[in-house]
Amino acid sequence: MLVVDNLHTYHGYLHVLKGIHFEIKQGEIFAMVGSNGAGKSTLLGTIAGIYKPRSGTIVFENEEISYGKVEKIVEKGICLVPERRQIFDDLSVKDNLLLGSYHRYKNDKKSVMEDFEQVLDFFPKLKTMLDRPGGLLSGGEQQMVAIGRGLMAKPKLMMLDEPSLGLAPLIVKDIMNILKQMKKTFGTTILLIEQNVKAALQIADHACVLDRGEIVIQGKASDLLEDEKIKDTYLGISKKERLKL
Amino acid sequence: MELTSQFIQLIFSGLTIGSIYALIAIGFVIIYNITGLLNLAQGDFAMLGALTCISFVNMGFPLIIAIAVSVVIVTIIGGLFERLAIYPARNSSTATLLIITIGAAFVFRGISILIWGTQPLALRPFSGNQNINFLDATIQPQSLWAIGISLLSLAVLYYFFNKTYLGKAVTACVVNRFAARLMGISPQKMSFWAVSISAGLGALAGIVIAPISGASYDMGIMIGLKAFIAAVIGGLSNAPAAIAGAFLIGILESFTEGYLSSGYKDAISFTLLLIVLFFMPNGLFSKVSGKRV
Ligand SMILES: Nc1ncnc2c1ncn2[C@@H]1O[C@H](COP(=O)(O)OP(=O)(O)OP(=O)(O)O)[C@@H](O)[C@H]1O
Ligand SMILES: [Mg+2]
Repeated sequence: MLVVDNLHTYHGYLHVLKGIHFEIKQGEIFAMVGSNGAGKSTLLGTIAGIYKPRSGTIVFENEEISYGKVEKIVEKGICLVPERRQIFDDLSVKDNLLLGSYHRYKNDKKSVMEDFEQVLDFFPKLKTMLDRPGGLLSGGEQQMVAIGRGLMAKPKLMMLDEPSLGLAPLIVKDIMNILKQMKKTFGTTILLIEQNVKAALQIADHACVLDRGEIVIQGKASDLLEDEKIKDTYLGISKKERLKL
Repeated sequence: MELTSQFIQLIFSGLTIGSIYALIAIGFVIIYNITGLLNLAQGDFAMLGALTCISFVNMGFPLIIAIAVSVVIVTIIGGLFERLAIYPARNSSTATLLIITIGAAFVFRGISILIWGTQPLALRPFSGNQNINFLDATIQPQSLWAIGISLLSLAVLYYFFNKTYLGKAVTACVVNRFAARLMGISPQKMSFWAVSISAGLGALAGIVIAPISGASYDMGIMIGLKAFIAAVIGGLSNAPAAIAGAFLIGILESFTEGYLSSGYKDAISFTLLLIVLFFMPNGLFSKVSGKRV
């Protein structure tokens, strides 16, 4: 569904992505992990058309994606739920959600309202706060709005940039469950970036590790979960701890 | 009695000019928030609107038609200005864009000298010259038109931004341009609409004030400047505060003119601007938290 090949992106002189190659299949959850500054957000931004790649290709459903046409990319069915949620603080929860459908609202108002109900069924908690300004919600609630807003775009591929950032472990679990359900209910393909490596790998089908702009490990999520190197560096299960086990 | 009637009269003339500033100040705020651009040609839309309307009236069109057509024409001029001058330079620095708008202002003034000359022209009041007596104060009916039309426009704008889907999309652009882009809202499209609508509002303001102050090629300079001050003392990103700023300046000017001398009228606005910029750089009405509204 999405094939990224030999992708190089710079921020000014900073060479951030150094020849990325990976492929996401229709209907799967693909997790990407990596330390701070590895280039994960830059990668998602490049796919979404915000950052200009220096070279390489991004092909989505057999069509190449080009830089700068963010609206076109949204219309094609790729939606980015950005880092730190970025909801519209001054707008109500309802408006936040509805604006997610901006690219199809004009032609398809009826199905937008149907999807609105469906998204609310997905996040029943939001039903009670539809008129509150997004900026006044808690972090977890805001994250639900951000994901719900993304769903309202009815994307084929949803990219989520650290949806669990700053959330309590219990809510992180909720969010992961929601992603799993999204995949099941809507058939949404998901590219998930997470610092919460274990939680991400548990729900993912495939995964990779991004390190300083390069993909260093790639494979089945279940295999990565067992990988010694990943256990050491990302899961925080040190040798000492394992000796105890 | 003499004192109160003068007071009421000054209040009314302050509200009148304030409502004109408000229409133009809103234009500043809308454009600034969506594009980050300070459009210094904003006042010249008022000039273009007023002069175009006068021409149509002189051609024999009914006033209401002349007003409507002039507003539409200036709205289109605003749209063209955005596409031809601002859009191509959208990735340039703020200073470059600022200079482009100054350049555009000179172009507008130059063209209007060619068409209408340098002599001020008059537009007849919308509903006669019969002054209204209110608590011993004489009020020009045109004042009521000015205040009424600008309040109505502000109400329509409020409705648009708060109740319609497109208006909310524009607001989203203002609140978080980055996220708006990710939702497929194109800031460039919004910029086009913002400049067009602001131009139309400016035209309306110019037309409404023309029967009181006359219209000439350079009328946009002072009106634009005062509206700009209103927007700045309102904090530039806050539409209601800009409107409040506009009325404040209008009333301040009218009182200075009435109780001191008209010579101090302009000085007082600039003094206010300096004071606000000095002590409250986020605007007169900014909350302590500094959150943008
Ligand atoms: N807009 C930008 N301009 C300049 N440099 C940037 C920009 N965005 C990111 N960078 C730099 O590029 C590198 C990669 O940043 P990126 O945000 O992609 O990392 P990340 O993997 O998402 O990190 P984190 O886990 O902290 O979110 C960092 O060194 C960062 O400083
Ligand atoms: Mg990041």
